[in-house]
Amino acid sequence: MDDLIEYAPDLAAGFLVNVKIALVCAVISLVLGTVLVSFRVSPTPVLRAAGTVYVNVVRNTPLTLVLAFSALGLSDTIGLTFSDEPSTNGFWLVVLGLSAYTATFVGEALRSGINTVPLGQAEAARAIGLTFLQSLRLIILPQAFRAVVAPLGSVMIAMIKNTTVALAAGYLADSAFVMKDTFDDTGVSIPIFIGLVLAFMAVTLPVGFFTGWLSRRLAVVR
Amino acid sequence: MSSTVLFDAPGPRARLRNNALTLVAVIALAAVAYFVYVKFDQKGQWQGKIWKPFTEATTWTEFIIPGLLGTLEAAGLGAVCALAFGAVFGLARLSDHRWIRIPAGTVVETFRAIPLLLLIFFLAYLAPSVLGSGDYTLPALVLGLTLYNGSVLAEVVRAGVLAVPRGQSEAAYAIGLRKGGVMRLVLLPQAVTAMMPAIVSQLVVLLKDTALGYIIAYVDLLNYGFKIIPAVFFGSLVPAAIVIGVIYIGLNMALSALATWLEKRSRRSRKTGAKPIAAPGVIGMGAGAGLPQ
Repeated sequence: MDDLIEYAPDLAAGFLVNVKIALVCAVISLVLGTVLVSFRVSPTPVLRAAGTVYVNVVRNTPLTLVLAFSALGLSDTIGLTFSDEPSTNGFWLVVLGLSAYTATFVGEALRSGINTVPLGQAEAARAIGLTFLQSLRLIILPQAFRAVVAPLGSVMIAMIKNTTVALAAGYLADSAFVMKDTFDDTGVSIPIFIGLVLAFMAVTLPVGFFTGWLSRRLAVVR
Repeated sequence: MSSTVLFDAPGPRARLRNNALTLVAVIALAAVAYFVYVKFDQKGQWQGKIWKPFTEATTWTEFIIPGLLGTLEAAGLGAVCALAFGAVFGLARLSDHRWIRIPAGTVVETFRAIPLLLLIFFLAYLAPSVLGSGDYTLPALVLGLTLYNGSVLAEVVRAGVLAVPRGQSEAAYAIGLRKGGVMRLVLLPQAVTAMMPAIVSQLVVLLKDTALGYIIAYVDLLNYGFKIIPAVFFGSLVPAAIVIGVIYIGLNMALSALATWLEKRSRRSRKTGAKPIAAPGVIGMGAGAGLPQ
């Protein structure tokens, strides 16, 4: 217990990094996932193929590989940098990798949501002369989003837990790294582990409850 | 609803618009590809000498195949243990006895909520201080994968058994079977068919998560690709990453295809009354996916 109290400031700072990564990734991956799904249902075969290839490639790659590649490959070898400050650069590399990875799951969830929208909705949209983008934006996606609030919640929960993999991208600041670093100093400490697990639960459980509540509230009655 | 319903059979104007959109998309994709090509070229990533190691048999026999075996060993052990864990805890959650049901539920919900990497780190540091010094990377990785994926599989097992229509167990009780018999002879054989696709999808997640071993220095495919091969063949990091990426993607897509095939088969099957249950892997993602709590 003493270990937990002694190292609490470091651990809290590390956990705050996880929360920051999660917040930025949530926004980017939701936007990117929506773009991906509109590619995948578009009338243009080239865009459909591009969306499918991207989803299948990135979704089947381990996140550790994606993050390690964004740091060692993209940044160190190819020279993609967001900032001269190494810690800022590391943060955005993690955000890049994790968002690119999470977007595929957002896209797949939305695609299953589009499948729940009844045929008549799309037919009616076409009948009143809406173009593809108009019917997607005004008719299909709003209903698809409402149908997949709960699955999107699980994607977001998984993404929050995945922020711990940040150290695979050489970004040594998040709570998993701080825990490892502390264990290197003091040896294994059960209170520290339990403390961090509770901190993650304190974030993921409300997200789960909130999206569950929201999905019931927004459910489309059919 | 299939995607084709979103747009009509195109008329002349729509056809023109689609063609223009196709042209723009092709140009944009080509621009991205060209940009990547130029960036790689500037850094000399197309040089023959850094790609050459991958055309030689010794690179494969000495680095890539041992790495792949390391990954498959962790994934195989993890899969067997996770299936056993999932079966035991999934059935325990269905128990009539509250003193079995509640502890089993607590274990499952807890391990599903813990970020997998934290769990693996904790186990990797706990093992030496409890069991004495030694190399515990594989046991820590396998145990972590077992506890997390086993908990997800426990939910799959529970959902699978609950998906069998009530009439089946009522009929089984009516002909005089006991609890064990109802489960073993009637419910489980039907539930297994229904949950096979979900189990295989979760095994894809498990296979992807073995890559977390890289972080605790377990010698797997990722470790060979990112640490050992670039150290031996200087500058070969990007080619190595692409080669091992292709191996991972191939393995996972093969497993996913198996899951899809199993799902189609069990939808057609008349041997079970249970509909195939939703695969957590479809929505779930690596390293700590979870269904809503």
